Amino acid sequence: MDNNSAAYWQATLGLLAKILVVWFLVSFGAGILFKDALDNISLGGYPLGFWFAQQGSMYVFIGCIFYYAKKMGDIDRKFDVHEE
Amino acid sequence: MDLQTLTYLVVGASFALYIGIAIWARAGSTKDFYVAGGGVHPVTNGMATAADWMSAASFISMAGLISNMGYGGSLFLMGWTGGYVLLAMLLAPYLRKFGKFTVPEFIGDRFYSKSARAVAVLCLLVASITYIIGQMTGVGVTFSRFLGVSNDAGIYIGMGIVFMYAVFGGMKGITYTQVAQYCVLISAYTVPAMFISFQLTGNPIPQLGLGSTIAGTDVSLLTKLNMVVKDLGFSEYTSQVPGSYLNMFVYTMSLMIGTAGLPHVIVRFFTVPKVADARYSAGWALVFIAILYTTAPAVAGMAKLNLHATVNSAVGLETDASGRMAVNPAVISANADLYATEASLVYEERPDWMKRWERTGLLKWEDKNGDGRIQFYNAATKDPAALAKIEAAGWKGSELTVNADIIVLANPEIALLPNWVIALVAAGGLAAALSTAAGLLLAISSAVSHDLIKSIFVPDMSEKAELMAGKISMAFAIVVAGWLGLNPPGFAAGTVALAFGIAASSLFPAIMMGIFSKKMNKEGAIAGMLAGLFITLFYVFAHKGIFFVKGTEYLGLIGGANSFFGITPEAFGAIGALVNFAVAFIVDKMTKEPPEHIQALVESVRVPRGAKMIDGAH
Repeated sequence: MDNNSAAYWQATLGLLAKILVVWFLVSFGAGILFKDALDNISLGGYPLGFWFAQQGSMYVFIGCIFYYAKKMGDIDRKFDVHEE
Repeated sequence: MDLQTLTYLVVGASFALYIGIAIWARAGSTKDFYVAGGGVHPVTNGMATAADWMSAASFISMAGLISNMGYGGSLFLMGWTGGYVLLAMLLAPYLRKFGKFTVPEFIGDRFYSKSARAVAVLCLLVASITYIIGQMTGVGVTFSRFLGVSNDAGIYIGMGIVFMYAVFGGMKGITYTQVAQYCVLISAYTVPAMFISFQLTGNPIPQLGLGSTIAGTDVSLLTKLNMVVKDLGFSEYTSQVPGSYLNMFVYTMSLMIGTAGLPHVIVRFFTVPKVADARYSAGWALVFIAILYTTAPAVAGMAKLNLHATVNSAVGLETDASGRMAVNPAVISANADLYATEASLVYEERPDWMKRWERTGLLKWEDKNGDGRIQFYNAATKDPAALAKIEAAGWKGSELTVNADIIVLANPEIALLPNWVIALVAAGGLAAALSTAAGLLLAISSAVSHDLIKSIFVPDMSEKAELMAGKISMAFAIVVAGWLGLNPPGFAAGTVALAFGIAASSLFPAIMMGIFSKKMNKEGAIAGMLAGLFITLFYVFAHKGIFFVKGTEYLGLIGGANSFFGITPEAFGAIGALVNFAVAFIVDKMTKEPPEHIQALVESVRVPRGAKMIDGAH
């Protein structure tokens, strides 16, 4: 493995780790583990934890994928491994 | 025009559209047949993936499940969408770069072993075939309820339609019909939801309506719903948990990794031109899926309130002169007494939709206390306050049995929407079932023609012969699926959960390690897949019987039901995946490294440059 591809893979894994943290926090975190605490706050008529479980987590998931696709494109170009 | 004729027209028009696409999109090569030519636009593929993914269960049953499970139903919402984040980042772009036709082909090449490929084919077949039974029964159910034809005739018609575009068009025909089917199913789902949200809250957007106040009052809809169901002895809607938080956590995780590992979803990402397209396409797929998945909880909550209000006038919704549900703000704000004698609906005065659904057997009433009125509550409650009220009111048991599927199927009738909306729901249910069935059939037939016939039995087959083999496998798979739909094994209901368990415990870890661990060797991967599959089946069969044969359960052997930290068998896939990873790493450490050229293959799969359209060339 040359230095460039090792660095590319490190950058990729770093991005994945960052996004997986967000993915975990909005679903397993806000939607399950901290649900009871968050329910004391309300968002319109929604208890916040319930909202994350039935609405919010899904909106954030979409954001995660598009953010990933964009950032990954940037990383590809930075390390010059993008498609022609 | 009467409802029946209109339903025939709408469903007939949608079928004509699918057949038209079948004639236009015929497959002329194996590349067309397996990956739709490889040049599908990422947004188009996203839409097709959404239809491929959203099955009869998503369309017909999910809102009903959430309606019953309340907050607990969130595990389906998060599980079946969160998996796309994993799919987009961990699998799809890399498998696209690899550039072959099927999932077992990746596993076979990466682990340089025909045995690995065969194990993957086995997992794929079990997962896909169990999944398809539910689709065929969904087709039969929709036909018999809306079109007045028998269940069996419905399945034959469904088989005929899928045959036309799947056999002649392969992935190409399936892709473009799935796009059409997505449009049909999403409008069928959202239009009634918007009507109902508007009637209840004055806000036509269901996602906002569920978090709004009830029209004309300052009472929040969810607060009211919590109050009503709690008063009637049910758990509070927004905090009811299935089993334990731990089980919910593991169940959600199993659905997520199962979703990411289902082959019929993964292969959809082989149809886009570039690696970058595969990434964006997963995002688009989730956008199209989330339109339905964020609407479903609103349908669930609102339909639950509607249903209680229909049989109990003290809830505060009433039927107006035209027969429509309307809010009575005074009753809502006053929190009228649900246990008052005259609040329960007199059976003879029930609305027409109840009469129609009683005929299907999905709705049943039994007058347990002989007062001619419908009492609908939780008779098994332990809440002392509710028990005292039940006792005082002289209620002798809940009198209404409601099948969960009614929540979506009868929704437009409950809200008295125009007939064309009801007809649209029928077409939508069929679109959801047929699109998923077609995707599964493609995964099955390509595993048979490409991974078994071409790779193992007749390696020197010409392309033309392989295309023919693909079409014959497809036709054969349709017949098998139809037969299973006509003679559903008694265990049909439990099998979709099994499909997720298998995908999660065998395929997902194998593919992921194939990409993210350069040193993972064939011994590790095969041992891991078999261990994950075995432990999952072992735990499921302990509860449900060996191969679901009644009487062969062996709960004693594992120490009772849900003995593993209270995890239910449906939720076990994530544990199976952990076992898979652990066994693979241990075996890998004890055996020799994969050869140099395999490590180079992994290096090349990790970078996008050099990706070409998939053409199956070796």
